[in-house]
Amino acid sequence: MQNHSLSMIGNFINKSPGARWGSTPVAALGVGFLVVIPFALSDYQIFQMTLIVANSIALLGLNMLTGYNGQISLGHGAFYAAGAYTTAILMDKFGIPYWLTIPVSGAVSYGLGLAFGYPALRLEGLYLALVTFAMGICVPQVLKYKHFEAWTGGVQGITLMKPDAPFGLPLSPDHWLFVFTLAIMVSLFVAAKNLLSGHTGKALVAIRDNPIAASAMGIDTPRYKTTTFGISAMYTGIAGSLCSLAIQFVAPDSFQALSIGFLVGIVVGGLASISGAIYGSIFIQFVPHLAENISKAAPSAIFGLLLIAFVYTLPYGIAGSIKKLQWQYQVRRSAAKGP
Amino acid sequence: MRHSLTVSQNRFVRSALTTVLACSAFCLTACSKPKETKYDPGVTDTEIKIGQTMPYSGPASAYGTIGRSQAAYFKRLNEAGGINGRKINFISVDDAYSPPKAVEQVRKLVEEDQVLLVFQPLGTPSNTAIQKYLNTKKVPQLFVSTGATKWGDPTNYPWTIGFNPSYQLEAKTYAEHLLKKHPSSKCAVLYQNDDFGKDYLKGLKDTLGAKASMIVKEVSYEVTDATIDSQMATLQASGADVFFNIATPKFAAQAIRKAFDSGWKPVQYLSNVSASIGAVIAPAGMDKSVGVITTAYLKDPTDKQWDNDPAMKEYLAFLGKYYPEAKPIDGANLYGYVAAQTLEQVLRQCGDDLTRANVMKQAASLKDFAPGLLQPGIKINTSPSDFYLFDTLTLAKFNGTTYEPLAD
Repeated sequence: MQNHSLSMIGNFINKSPGARWGSTPVAALGVGFLVVIPFALSDYQIFQMTLIVANSIALLGLNMLTGYNGQISLGHGAFYAAGAYTTAILMDKFGIPYWLTIPVSGAVSYGLGLAFGYPALRLEGLYLALVTFAMGICVPQVLKYKHFEAWTGGVQGITLMKPDAPFGLPLSPDHWLFVFTLAIMVSLFVAAKNLLSGHTGKALVAIRDNPIAASAMGIDTPRYKTTTFGISAMYTGIAGSLCSLAIQFVAPDSFQALSIGFLVGIVVGGLASISGAIYGSIFIQFVPHLAENISKAAPSAIFGLLLIAFVYTLPYGIAGSIKKLQWQYQVRRSAAKGP
Repeated sequence: MRHSLTVSQNRFVRSALTTVLACSAFCLTACSKPKETKYDPGVTDTEIKIGQTMPYSGPASAYGTIGRSQAAYFKRLNEAGGINGRKINFISVDDAYSPPKAVEQVRKLVEEDQVLLVFQPLGTPSNTAIQKYLNTKKVPQLFVSTGATKWGDPTNYPWTIGFNPSYQLEAKTYAEHLLKKHPSSKCAVLYQNDDFGKDYLKGLKDTLGAKASMIVKEVSYEVTDATIDSQMATLQASGADVFFNIATPKFAAQAIRKAFDSGWKPVQYLSNVSASIGAVIAPAGMDKSVGVITTAYLKDPTDKQWDNDPAMKEYLAFLGKYYPEAKPIDGANLYGYVAAQTLEQVLRQCGDDLTRANVMKQAASLKDFAPGLLQPGIKINTSPSDFYLFDTLTLAKFNGTTYEPLAD
């Protein structure tokens, strides 16, 4: 039942004519612009942009799993926390440089994702959602567990130092961290795009839409599903690491309600869409602030209303609606051209 | 013939006029001595911007009333003309008790809103997250709204100063009393499984020192637990005759009631965050709470002995006029009020030197400051080496109707 609606949305977004935005020169120009614009912005604005970029990696990870592969996860906050704490512990207890902790945290989250992906093979839809939800809510307590306290810092958490720009580049630490995060995000997004537009992507979508037909066709469903879980966890773990560097602090209480937030992000951004991860990240960064400005007393209620409005007006998410508009424009243009 | 000036006379007149004008302008600016003002970001001749993060939503949203009572206090203060002619622009934002959100909001307050200082940010996790940033940026983290002991560390964090009496000081007060009055007892401890509970436990054990083995059983609970019945059963079964109730209001009330109902009736020390008669003792049962020992530094609005106290009457009138939705029985509102009074004192002491450095200097120079809502005999004292506002606490015992000072 859920898979049907996921398929519908995913197919719509993917089968529409390709976006012009994805073309390489435009993207390169966009990235170049982003690298230099922080010179004109305040440190706080750069910090917000860093969070948006880092969280978009997490959303892409979740989108790969849920949007493309149809496995619903309500516990991705656990992988995010795993990544964040890996970076924090390596930097704080072992003095490992920040950039080296990123691949390690990716590997750790990948391992966790695989470890979870195997038993998840037995679960579908609602049951998988519940189990992942349970995984997500036990994270704060596990982190507070007294026997891990020597590593995790317990409830006091771990404070991190923001790195300075290397090679004496004239960038503020915030600016450098943004460029670093952007570089990682771009490489991860390009890798995802290659993966998902090739036959792997088609296999994932086939598994989502009709698992029996997919395995009848010869697709090794268990292998694809567990690997996707692993890769999805890896992306989310790396996002957690990058965010912990930006915020310079991790604590067990930092991960409340993250998983649901990610799900909101991918639905609003657009399921089964790579650009959707970026739109979703912008949404979950700014809309809660907007809700707070509207009403100090009940910001969550306002946020809920805005979310409902979004889902009703843009059921295919922002990315989907953009593609729909492009499609309508193209149809109108070819109709105007005549037969 | 028209009498007119020659060209050279013209030039002379013009340059003379310019010189005279320049000199008079110079004299005017030099002679009109403006007030000796020194301002850091957030301050003008008419305004002081104060920032705050407070959990208005999320698991600790009950404490949000502290921020609201302070907003009401500043409103009354502004109506009376402000401090030295400057009105307080109080910018209090929600951090949902989440450390990353606290970091984001504090960065916004400091970098975008350009506040002079951050006042009473609430919650140990949130404050831990922002402490290094504020100290690096040299922005006062003033009167942190938690009792964690680590806020009184001027050597390492000179821009951070706490407010609440530290949990370890409170635990020390109980432990010393225990060693004096019940030196050979067996103790059971119930504590909340977070920074608050663990800080207390450390204070207890440190003070008991070699006699820490007096604690025969320590059991924790989570804030998400529904009841603590099983924990209480475990503690009773340990055979202890002294009980340390280190819990927040909801759980403290349950513990008091359970200890009485199950026939245990130990000597009970209660954390002062749960000392409120209206919020804890009454729901637990006035008769069941007889003998409970706690420390107090603020007057309890639900304690009948203060009904005719002038400071209490003024406070209740303030609530009625400026914050009518507030619950008078909620001690958090009174706490917020006293903290706001302390900030006002610091800002007044600053005079026209409203730099961040001077704010910290004045905060570390409070001498015998005793707003009327403090318990009799309690005074606020700070110094450059002592960032704890409250250095001693007095013990009080509940007698069935009210708290009376505990005879030594």
